[in-house]
Amino acid sequence: MNWIITRNNKPVNINSIPLVEIEKLRPDIIKKSGEGMRPVSFFSFKKSKEIILYIIMADDENSHLLISSSPMKGKSSYESITREVSSFWNFENEFHEETGIIPEGHPWLRGVRYPHNRHNPEKMIEDFPFFTMAGDEIHEVAVGPIHAGIIEPGHFRFMCQGETVHHLEIQLGYQHRGIESLFINNRLKYPVHLAESIAGDSVIAHSSAYVQAIESLCRTNISRRAQSIRAVALELERIAIHIGDLAAISNDVAYLLGNSVFGANRTLIVNTLLAICGSRYGRGLIRSGGVVFDISPGMSEEMAAALKKVKRVISDMCEKMFETPTVLSRLEFTGTVDTKTAGDMGMVGIAARASGLQRDVRSDFPSGIYRYFPVHKITMDSGDVFARTYLRYVEIKQSIDYILELLENMQNTKSLMTPLNKPARSSFTVSMTEGWRGEIVHTSITDASGNIARYKIKDPSFNNWFGLAQSVRGNGVSDFPLCNKSFDLSYAGHDL
Amino acid sequence: MLKIFKIRKTQGYQAIPDITAAKIREPFRGLPHIESKKCSSCGQCISLCPSDAIQLKPLSIDMGKCIFCGDCKRECPEKAISFSTFYKIAADERNKLIVKSGVTPEKFMADAITIRKEVSSIFGTSLKLRQVSAAGCSGCEWELTACGNVNFDMGRFGIEIVASPRHADGLIITGPVSENMAKALEDAYLSIPDPKIVILAGSCAISGGIFQESEALQRSFMEKHKIDLYIPGCPVHPLTVINGIIDFLRKK
Repeated sequence: MNWIITRNNKPVNINSIPLVEIEKLRPDIIKKSGEGMRPVSFFSFKKSKEIILYIIMADDENSHLLISSSPMKGKSSYESITREVSSFWNFENEFHEETGIIPEGHPWLRGVRYPHNRHNPEKMIEDFPFFTMAGDEIHEVAVGPIHAGIIEPGHFRFMCQGETVHHLEIQLGYQHRGIESLFINNRLKYPVHLAESIAGDSVIAHSSAYVQAIESLCRTNISRRAQSIRAVALELERIAIHIGDLAAISNDVAYLLGNSVFGANRTLIVNTLLAICGSRYGRGLIRSGGVVFDISPGMSEEMAAALKKVKRVISDMCEKMFETPTVLSRLEFTGTVDTKTAGDMGMVGIAARASGLQRDVRSDFPSGIYRYFPVHKITMDSGDVFARTYLRYVEIKQSIDYILELLENMQNTKSLMTPLNKPARSSFTVSMTEGWRGEIVHTSITDASGNIARYKIKDPSFNNWFGLAQSVRGNGVSDFPLCNKSFDLSYAGHDL
Repeated sequence: MLKIFKIRKTQGYQAIPDITAAKIREPFRGLPHIESKKCSSCGQCISLCPSDAIQLKPLSIDMGKCIFCGDCKRECPEKAISFSTFYKIAADERNKLIVKSGVTPEKFMADAITIRKEVSSIFGTSLKLRQVSAAGCSGCEWELTACGNVNFDMGRFGIEIVASPRHADGLIITGPVSENMAKALEDAYLSIPDPKIVILAGSCAISGGIFQESEALQRSFMEKHKIDLYIPGCPVHPLTVINGIIDFLRKK
């Protein structure tokens, strides 16, 4: 057996993970990919004398996670998997950047984020090997790292012929804060605050993934009420950011009524989060063992009323917006990523669902309250900016209904926090949540004393940035802002 | 067309009428309230603080480091620490952000921002800022964007965030400043014409926040250049930002 099969938040002993030579494992990875499985994590773990490569594949249909590992110490190269399965592209880049081990035959080897602990410190972010095009009428447009708006930094380079973009190079790494390393030997026992800052627009999603990883390592079950409150917060986060994105997209097509109305309604949602926990982004709510703020019956009623109002206004606004020709002409057939391309690149989350891929952790790998209150996946086929925008509208309504259902079925238990047991020693756990952007994967490894020895984070942006690059091919430069907003990817979540 | 009127009517007038008098509801955590008499120096708060913001003997909280998570308040056995909903917590000097026992909103405000004639006369009616996110997680960035929305509407006070440093009167920086971003930040600063100001927004920008111990940061910018205004928060609340800047620009 090359793999051990587990599930979301179900730890395995690290010694039970098969250790297989990469030459032997590679054909099996390719075979499994052909059967519809996909990589969800692929990373190095450096111990004193060895470098281990861990590979986690998702079997969405059966809710299984397959884990395997390869000893890589002493190897200078191995045969690239990307050549056969392109969704390994960025994973192999990342592994190479951290270890210096070359995936031989990788079609496009380059730096991912130029981390502080990279294998080759001589390689600087300024030395990024840009893809180039040549020809009489070819010109390049370079943007960033600092952009015109209030957003995070990253460098974009458009290769254009006339107005048409042939390729977009996205160079990231400016946001690298070394956050994975800070989880190791942290002064605090459970530094959930770090998880809250992996991506500041996905506070609940990342902190949920973190605490679920810790709770699974500690074999601690939290109360149903705490699970419900976490899900309420996660769906509020989804609604808030989706509405914010609708505002930004309206702004980009000069539909200013939409911009104002969506902006004002986003305020109502983030203020609801503040009413629960004191932070408009849900900081300070989720802690290992549960949640530290309750939703009182009075607040529940207030929240339900606010959500119903937001749903009514957003529906009116969206129905009007999506029948306005000047809006539709900008959104439809712009920035298209077809289903096959999205699948090949390993896209996840709302962008993948807009391209017709059936991927949603809430229903494929449900955890917490999502096991008792299932979420139905909603997909669209066209894969254009319109699909990614319209799907946001549909998901806002779905999340509002979901929260209303949870509020009506809130358990009466008093307990919000459950004391944690000691963390399991030499353990390996995978924790996945579906943030508003998509699939978040946290992998945690404990050493022989139960301390965290490796903490690996994968934000959905890691999968999807190349999807954005694909979407602008063949479009005009002026449609880039729309493509960008419709993906709305995280720089910090990618750069870690 | 009628639908548009209907939507417009439902919306009404969204802007907060008097932004200096707006209230934030509980359990928002603003200015800390410290009662050092109650403190037994047990050190529980220090062991829980994720950003090393608390000092004992006498008990104090550094709002430049604090991420306002509230863990210290919840776990303090003597209830010596609490947080008020008072949000006007910006200051013009780093050490003014350290809150000790007995500091009330009135006391804090009295001393927080000193009037500078040159600032009021040059930027008093119009301040254009270039925002640079230097490894900010996008929390403060979302809040700075919110400052310009229909609710907070910062533009009505002549304060705007502009696209080019060439058009700007100063920088507003978020994030702990990663090594990979240090050069671009410096370039943006140099591209702004004199006279210019620098504002730090959020605990990451002010002190490194929860990333203080990271090896991936490069914060020499902060020693090299004069910082004119510190706006604490994690993330900064739009009301803290707007009121902080208004108080900084005021004439009397």
